Amino acid sequence: MQQKVFEHRLSNGMVVLGEPMPWLESVAFSLLLPAGTQNEPNNRLGLAGMTLEMCQRGAGPYSSRDIVERLDFLGVDRSSNVTTFHTTMSMAAMSRVLEPTLEVAAAIVLEPHFPEDELDEARQSALLELASIDDDPAQKCFKELKRMRFGEVFGRSSLGSESGLTETTLEDCKQFHRNHYNPDRAILSLAGNFDWDRFLVIAERLFGGWKGPAYVGPTSVASIPGNSHLKHDSQQTHIALAYDSVPYNHPEYYQGRGLVGILSDGMSSRLFAEVREKRGLVYSVSASAHSLHNCGSVLCYAGTTAPRAQETLDVTVQTIRSLGDGIDPNELKRLKARVRTSLVMEQESSSSRSSQMAHDWAYLGRVPSRKELLQTIEALTCESLLNHYKNHPPGRWSLVTIGPDPLEFTDAVS
Amino acid sequence: MQFRSEKLSNGLEVIAEVNPEAFSLSLGYFVKTGARDETPEMAGVSHFLEHMMFKGTARRTAEDVNQELDDLGSQSNAYTSEEQTVYYMSVLPEFQHAALDLLSDMMRPALRDEDFQTERQVILEEIAMYDDQPPYGAMERAAEAYFRDHPLGRRVLGTRETVSELDPEAMRAYHQARYAPDNLTLVAAGAVDFEQLLKSAEAMTAQWKPSQATRQLVVPTYCNDSVAMVHPPATQQYTLQYSPGPSYCDDARYVARILGTILGDDSGSRLFWELVDTGMAETAATFTQEFQECGLFCTFLACAPEQNEENWNIIQEILSQGKEVPITALELELAKNKICSGMILGSERPSNRLFSIGNAWTIRRKYETIQDASEHYRQVTLESVQSAFEALASRTSVTVSVGPES
Repeated sequence: MQQKVFEHRLSNGMVVLGEPMPWLESVAFSLLLPAGTQNEPNNRLGLAGMTLEMCQRGAGPYSSRDIVERLDFLGVDRSSNVTTFHTTMSMAAMSRVLEPTLEVAAAIVLEPHFPEDELDEARQSALLELASIDDDPAQKCFKELKRMRFGEVFGRSSLGSESGLTETTLEDCKQFHRNHYNPDRAILSLAGNFDWDRFLVIAERLFGGWKGPAYVGPTSVASIPGNSHLKHDSQQTHIALAYDSVPYNHPEYYQGRGLVGILSDGMSSRLFAEVREKRGLVYSVSASAHSLHNCGSVLCYAGTTAPRAQETLDVTVQTIRSLGDGIDPNELKRLKARVRTSLVMEQESSSSRSSQMAHDWAYLGRVPSRKELLQTIEALTCESLLNHYKNHPPGRWSLVTIGPDPLEFTDAVS
Repeated sequence: MQFRSEKLSNGLEVIAEVNPEAFSLSLGYFVKTGARDETPEMAGVSHFLEHMMFKGTARRTAEDVNQELDDLGSQSNAYTSEEQTVYYMSVLPEFQHAALDLLSDMMRPALRDEDFQTERQVILEEIAMYDDQPPYGAMERAAEAYFRDHPLGRRVLGTRETVSELDPEAMRAYHQARYAPDNLTLVAAGAVDFEQLLKSAEAMTAQWKPSQATRQLVVPTYCNDSVAMVHPPATQQYTLQYSPGPSYCDDARYVARILGTILGDDSGSRLFWELVDTGMAETAATFTQEFQECGLFCTFLACAPEQNEENWNIIQEILSQGKEVPITALELELAKNKICSGMILGSERPSNRLFSIGNAWTIRRKYETIQDASEHYRQVTLESVQSAFEALASRTSVTVSVGPES
């Protein structure tokens, strides 16, 4: 696992990262901006997403249509999204078109036109997207879980609210852009087939002159336990469940992540085996580790027809608690095998590597190597996982259900 | 990159795209069986069987299978479509033999009664899950209305009724008829040791007997129809239209795919600029779906119920403007770049190559490199796309719309 990760700060302090993967034909980058839903004013929920959308409707030398046509001409695969703390733009293309692709990305971020006549169209698109979630109960369930668990500011959805979107003005977007699209804490991470020195020249030319106010980060995020039910006329009841764990920047993160792996990674994992394989209660059941600044949670999902929902919830919680009964050495062995494979396979995708690097830097201020990660995972033992469980037992539960009827849940503190 | 293929004495074909530089390899059994090969009473048996294949063999329990898949650190899964059922694993090269042993053993499942009853519940949950999700069965309903008695009109998951009534004995007979070596292809891509693969496959499948399985191929007859479905909890309206398109074996499919991209890709297409960019519809798309002897040109709209009629009329108008608003050279070039670049970016993972080469070989008996595949698109002319576009004006179609009210 030979690996080289370059790190550099441009003249304005913006961080650029690069990992050469010369065996690929592609190159991919993630541009992470410190502009998330937490930065929205209380009465402008959805502003971060609207600003991102407006930035793509004309920037630098390009009109809205030019941006799309230019990226299609270059054959660029792209996506963008807003999270609690960041706005991210990701692009992947053949390595020979890196420079013109970066030029488009830089224009979008640094020189948006904010065309007045496109604001209503952007707003309509956002309102439609917000409305469409009502037809996706599983996603709606998680949106509600996040709102309840992380509160007014940190529990916001990137989809915003109807009133926030309706009241957003062009000036709001411009101001959000001025205040939060800035180089302090912005990260540009690149992975794939590229020349680092040449890339630095391009990055300095495009982003080096960018100025903006200093970033003010969140002080602390804490979970809020609770229980709620949304009535919905569906066959299935959707169950979203969360409990406290350790965040990504915690020294014992991989102990916690390991426990989530025992619960949910692979077909022999405990949730899959107990809830689906042995009892046939669900088609879909899973758990994942989730970090918001200093607040770590495990988020679980199960979907099942209403009459079996109570049993599904009970078995899911029992299975989570069964981690306290100990970890089987074979479970740990399988966990390590999966991590080894995924670390090797990470080298096959420039896109997943570039976004992982940006994520690592945002959370840790550094990019751990595959070797370091492998050593951390290899050092896990059944005892260390069990100790971690005992020191950080599941607590501060949040439960949201969507379906015909509410469920009984004694763990939740309402 | 080297293509290899060999036929074993029992009729099993083994093909591989060998790339010694790759970090991993992917292996898959492609079974030429799917919803179209079922009788109406047994609708859903292919998919149910796919679930049962993970439930153990003569020498492995269900737990063993799942644990071994994870022991190998594999990324593995399976899927069933109208025309095929595929089981695949991606592993590190040192696990090639162990992965093939597990996958080959899985092709001879125990199909125990008790597991059958438990797994039936999982399938019924899967059916309920999709019934609750947009477009709420509109795709299945459209296929039924479009194909009528044709085998492609069957539902991949079956229905609550057919799945509830399936019995293990019928499934065993279906397995025996369809999972024979002359109806399976072993496909590999990436860092494959082909000689070793052949040797192992020969040993592991020595007892498999050919069955001369066949498939009924019939070009469907087309009709015009329109169906309205009501799903009271829905908040949006979803409309799906099926029209005839080229089959997976017809070279015209490259033209149809490009036309689908120009008219209705999710970004930069005519429908995108008219309806999605303007905030009138959440989704407005055209795309193709291809089968062995026939194909579909599909149109899909998702929007607020009160805007549905206006939006649908706009789509119909755009699709009928072949003569008035011809395809431009720029549109053609952008669509080609988008499709070709997407193929190359996707091909970097052996797991993606597995499906490309497996599908091409099992249906068309052809191997193509990425460069060959790109060349097919590059050679498509403006005239051919324009002529396919003009033909849309007089297409037959079946339209299904589902929303909160009729």
